[in-house]
Amino acid sequence: MISLAGRDILHAWGKFVFTGIGLGLLIGVTLTMAGVYRGMVDDGRALLDNSGADIWVVQQGTLGPYAEPSSLNDSTWRSLRALPGVQDAANVTYLTMQVQRLAGNGSAADAAGTARAASDVRAMVVGIAPGGSGTPGWPPYLVAGRQLTRSHYEAVADIASGLALGERIQIRRNVYTVVGLTRRMVSSGGDPMVFIPLKDAQAAQFLRDNDALWQSRHRTAANPAFNRPGVPGLLDAVIASQSSNPSVNAVLVRVRPGHDAEEVAASIQRWQRLTATTRAQMEDILVGKLIATSAKQIGMFLAILALVSAAIVAFIIYTLTLGKIREIAVLKLIGTKNRTIAGMIVQQALGLGLIGFVVGKISATLMAPAFPKYVLLVPEDTAMGLAAILAICVLASGVAIRAALRVDPAEAVGG
Amino acid sequence: MSRLPLQRRTLALLAVVLPLLALFIYVVLRSGPLAPVAVTVATAEQRSITPALFGIGTVEARTTYHVGPTVSGRVLRLSVEVGDRVTAGQVLGEMDAVDFDERLRAQAAAVQRAQAALKDAQARQQQAQTQATRYAELLAVRATSEEIATARQQDLASANAALAGSQAEVARLRAEQEALRTQRGQLRLRAPADALVTARLAEPGSTVVPGQAVVDLVDPNSLWVNVRFDQTSAAGLAAGLPAQVLLRSDVGAPLAARVLRVEPLADAVTEETLAKVVLASLPTPLPPLGTLAEVTIHLPELAAAPTIPNAALRRVDGKMGVWELGADGLRFAPLVLGQADLDGQVQVHSGLAEGARIVVYSEKELTARSNTHVVDRIVKGAP
Repeated sequence: MISLAGRDILHAWGKFVFTGIGLGLLIGVTLTMAGVYRGMVDDGRALLDNSGADIWVVQQGTLGPYAEPSSLNDSTWRSLRALPGVQDAANVTYLTMQVQRLAGNGSAADAAGTARAASDVRAMVVGIAPGGSGTPGWPPYLVAGRQLTRSHYEAVADIASGLALGERIQIRRNVYTVVGLTRRMVSSGGDPMVFIPLKDAQAAQFLRDNDALWQSRHRTAANPAFNRPGVPGLLDAVIASQSSNPSVNAVLVRVRPGHDAEEVAASIQRWQRLTATTRAQMEDILVGKLIATSAKQIGMFLAILALVSAAIVAFIIYTLTLGKIREIAVLKLIGTKNRTIAGMIVQQALGLGLIGFVVGKISATLMAPAFPKYVLLVPEDTAMGLAAILAICVLASGVAIRAALRVDPAEAVGG
Repeated sequence: MSRLPLQRRTLALLAVVLPLLALFIYVVLRSGPLAPVAVTVATAEQRSITPALFGIGTVEARTTYHVGPTVSGRVLRLSVEVGDRVTAGQVLGEMDAVDFDERLRAQAAAVQRAQAALKDAQARQQQAQTQATRYAELLAVRATSEEIATARQQDLASANAALAGSQAEVARLRAEQEALRTQRGQLRLRAPADALVTARLAEPGSTVVPGQAVVDLVDPNSLWVNVRFDQTSAAGLAAGLPAQVLLRSDVGAPLAARVLRVEPLADAVTEETLAKVVLASLPTPLPPLGTLAEVTIHLPELAAAPTIPNAALRRVDGKMGVWELGADGLRFAPLVLGQADLDGQVQVHSGLAEGARIVVYSEKELTARSNTHVVDRIVKGAP
């Protein structure tokens, strides 16, 4: 028995294939949208994975360095490091800011102050404690260059920032040289990370700008309590104490193998009077709270796109069927069974769906790297997408089948 | 219906659908979990490295003089400006003498009075001496009573004591006069050594207390860089090592220097080790004190040993090591590491066979089951 659907498709294959490709682009957008959602969740997880920590210790009563601002004394890590069950503890600071790229790398030009910012990069600047690769907070792997070796003025940047090896960037008042590149080191918002030594990051985050320092010095000098005649040195001491801020955002704690992170966290909470968040709780905060609204937004888009796809498939199949209504009438006239005709339409719908899926998958995969935010295409999503498309196609062909079955065979000879 | 158009159509359809399918299969295999992870490999090479330490510091002066008055008073005038070079003994300024001259005159009058009193005491002593001698002779011939002679002796002793008191009083007043003169001289602020004026802290008319500086001087030949090294990277720091200083004001010209001393006290708060680095020759113009400087210290070259780039290091299950790429796939090799240089080369003490192929860069974090695919470079344009 010849395939009616195949014959019909061959008859108008151009129309069919191009409709399928059109549909495929729509499906591609749907898959990409799902990928954007997965990417957001993955950004959050990547942030946690990359920090290499089991417990995040932050200021008491705050939700951690990613969700809320937190400020700790930078000597806190010592008391944490001495706790049983703690293998490693390292300070870390996070600051999302605009990083200036300096045009050229002529150092003399920088010194002369003629360097202009070629462009800005929005990035999360991470201050990592000295100690070499493997220390909590350090990027776990590189794709080019090397890890930081100097304790100042070097940076490892995520490749998404567009920075290249050897490029010079300005963070607040200091110029840094990019010595290494990483991949998928992003903040929960998807901003690329730039790793710099902790002391520089502390200065960038907590040291005020020159104007503020000047004003604060003058204010202090004008205060008779701090500027007493007959007490030489008091003013200098007060000013010095005002212009230092030994704070960090969090301490990353790695738990010794064989110890329970929950227990260590509970002990830190109880005895150090700090908030300690375990990996599971952190994921809950990041995925559950930080990106909840965005996730709903994308879910909404997904639902609308699915509806639109269904409507388009239904409409196309219906139009294709109406286009060959005379042929169907002839088929009926020669006594073709309804089931065969319905089968033909369903097969065509499924074929359309398959072409659409293939094109969609290809376009989604090819488009994904071009998106500014990370798009993660999960195979389960693709499989679910295929099932959904096929289901939608079958459902959408219902209208066309109904129209085809209601054709009066007499039309074949009438018209 | 002829067969040819149908065939042509089938061919055309296949021409569209087959590439599409091929592309699809390629896409499925090249993305997602099935895709191999691109990695670059290197072999551990036997080589010697020159470790270096990197720290930042500020230009400071070893010797700083705070020149100020020894008594409270008002600044009368200052003859030097910030930036002036001064020589030892040069007068920098003067304090207001206020009542010093009057006090000196009063002191001179007091000395004259004491001298007059001294003359009076001398006269009295001579008189007492004469009397005492006379009565002693009279007593010898029994021409007077012993009582009177003893009284004259006592008068002489008193006159002697009064004379000594007057002499001491004169000496005291002279000394006080000297002290006042010296203080009068100290009102001139003099440079204690050849130096450079760095600050004028009080202006004429302002009142200063002892211990408060009026002019700050530094010895420009005693410039050094106070460098701070992170304690984790300060191993091997020692006096005498050659160093390179890059001043923030002139990053184009590195200056030769050497480590003068490593401070016995480290900064416990900032977790830094401090060292002093002196420049081989002073640049002209002198860098302002407090200028930020980057200091690189070169340690002696190490003996050749297997060396790997630090980008290859990973931490797996709490151990530092590298991913070794063998014939049967990836294997994690825990390493014992030695010293590293600033270019990111790390020497390996043990854990790695020579010539082993190790993963340097990877597109993703690796696991023992990762499917890898070796490429030249992961980032386009990177060396």
